[in-house]
Amino acid sequence: MSEGKTTRSIRQGGWSWWYLLLVIQAVAVIWPPFYNKAEPSWIGVPFFYWYQLMWVILGAIFTAVVYFATDSEHR
Amino acid sequence: MAEINWTALTIFIVLFALITFLGFAAAQWRKGDLDMLHEWGLGGRRFGTVVTWFLIGGDLYTAYTFIAVPALAFGAGAIAFFAVPYTVIIYPILFLVFPRLWYVCHKHNYITAGDFVRGRYGNRWLALAITVTGIVATMPYIALQLVGLQVVIGAMGVSGTGYAADLPLIIAFVILAAFTYSSGLRAPASIAIVKDILIYVTAFAAVIVIPIQLGGFAKIFAAVPPAKMLLAVPGANTTGAYGVYATLALGSALALFLYPHSLTGILSASSGHAIRRNAAMLPGYSFMLGLLALVGFFAIAAGVGTAPEYAAGFKQFGNNFAIPALFLHSFPSWFVGVAFAAVGIGALVPAAIMSIAAANLYTRNIHREFINKNPTDKEEAQMAKWVSLIVKLGALIFIIFVPTPYAIQLQLLGGIWIIQTLPAVLLGVYTRWFNDWALLIGWAVGTGVGTAMAVAMNYTPNYPLAFAGYTFTGYTAFYTVILNLIVAMVLTPLFNRVSGKPVDATVSADYHA
Repeated sequence: MSEGKTTRSIRQGGWSWWYLLLVIQAVAVIWPPFYNKAEPSWIGVPFFYWYQLMWVILGAIFTAVVYFATDSEHR
Repeated sequence: MAEINWTALTIFIVLFALITFLGFAAAQWRKGDLDMLHEWGLGGRRFGTVVTWFLIGGDLYTAYTFIAVPALAFGAGAIAFFAVPYTVIIYPILFLVFPRLWYVCHKHNYITAGDFVRGRYGNRWLALAITVTGIVATMPYIALQLVGLQVVIGAMGVSGTGYAADLPLIIAFVILAAFTYSSGLRAPASIAIVKDILIYVTAFAAVIVIPIQLGGFAKIFAAVPPAKMLLAVPGANTTGAYGVYATLALGSALALFLYPHSLTGILSASSGHAIRRNAAMLPGYSFMLGLLALVGFFAIAAGVGTAPEYAAGFKQFGNNFAIPALFLHSFPSWFVGVAFAAVGIGALVPAAIMSIAAANLYTRNIHREFINKNPTDKEEAQMAKWVSLIVKLGALIFIIFVPTPYAIQLQLLGGIWIIQTLPAVLLGVYTRWFNDWALLIGWAVGTGVGTAMAVAMNYTPNYPLAFAGYTFTGYTAFYTVILNLIVAMVLTPLFNRVSGKPVDATVSADYHA
């Protein structure tokens, strides 16, 4: 029953707690003091670069999770 | 520079011939009546998840991006990486907002942002402001695509004097104009598939082969001057480079999907689900763009900036020559041809979509609204085809006669202008709270102040906002859209007292499946 309710509210543009994942990925990259440093480096790439690239991949995974969790008509 | 690189040029021409054929053949693909504007200008809204991925990817990650972002890393260092948080932030926005816009546009056969605003607020002048902003912001963007094309043609040693120098560019553009005219959005959609495969091959070859040649990432980053490797730590009483980085990323992200060509790509999807799926799949391009930004550092480590054989190229194209020079330095000629074709074709795809988007805007929101109110479907589609030709011709003349720095400055202003449509379009998808005249005045204030700030800063993107003893240097577009919003919010209750009941052609059920 609650499943149907959630789906309806999302379809009408309501909030889903899953959307927090989308907020997390934005917050993780928006403020440079989090990552503006060289160490720890990875295969010679400074932290600043690999951290942000990692978030591109994590962001894609998070978005896919949100999609499967909230889009009722996915296949 | 003087010597023509025949191997690379041959491969380049063969690939160009292939996409020319594809562009014309595309008219037959998922065949529709091209005398209808939504068929010509939106591909009949029939593109599924995969084609949409190629189309939006080819549309947003332009040739200019692939030249300019590494060039910025080459010249200015870490700040260029703002493109990565920027592209991380755009996809939550795409996921949440744009399926709603897709549904309402599908329901009412809206083709442009101007159509949506006209329906949502019933105010033709607000719709006109949105439309003119879209067209004006798009024009220099098309011109910049040609810069990417110019750089790779020059790098293959094709040069001439006077007007002959521009001949290859003119030929490429005539081809582009012809297949866009005949096939509409189906042309860039089919070409995008070829272009994106070439771009991915090039990008991954670059980040695997070149670091091996240069002796690994540790050596590459050791060659990068320390001042370029990380953002400068801000001094006292300022947010310094951090504020610049964050506002550039956020402001660019908010502006991106307001561009007409972005919206054209989104609206051509076959469903809201296809858009949501793409929000999870499009980061594939972001990852590649991030890798390519690193290629700017490879160019520093390879020392192409001081090599005498590339001096003429750098003199002509500035730092935009860094990537072509590195490819010439690192790859065999045949692969240089592939890589340059990827960039060249990568210029045509967005240029085609941008010209279609501008044509849709003019046809729907200026011509139909103010000049010929009851066109037949055929007249409307024919008008859009002509306008797409005029738009491209304008961009070509612009790039041949106006120095490149002006195109870059105008494109920068375009970003400041297009973000001013955010309250009406992006927030309009969620709420009809705003008064339409308040939105129009907010738009005017944001546009005016933003332009003045950019001019005061000599056409650089950031403005040092001083407040209570602190200096917040940040992206002008970001600051001015906040100003725009405040104006619209303050004026809305005032205007609502004097104006009648708000008009709205849409209902809340139109915004979802």
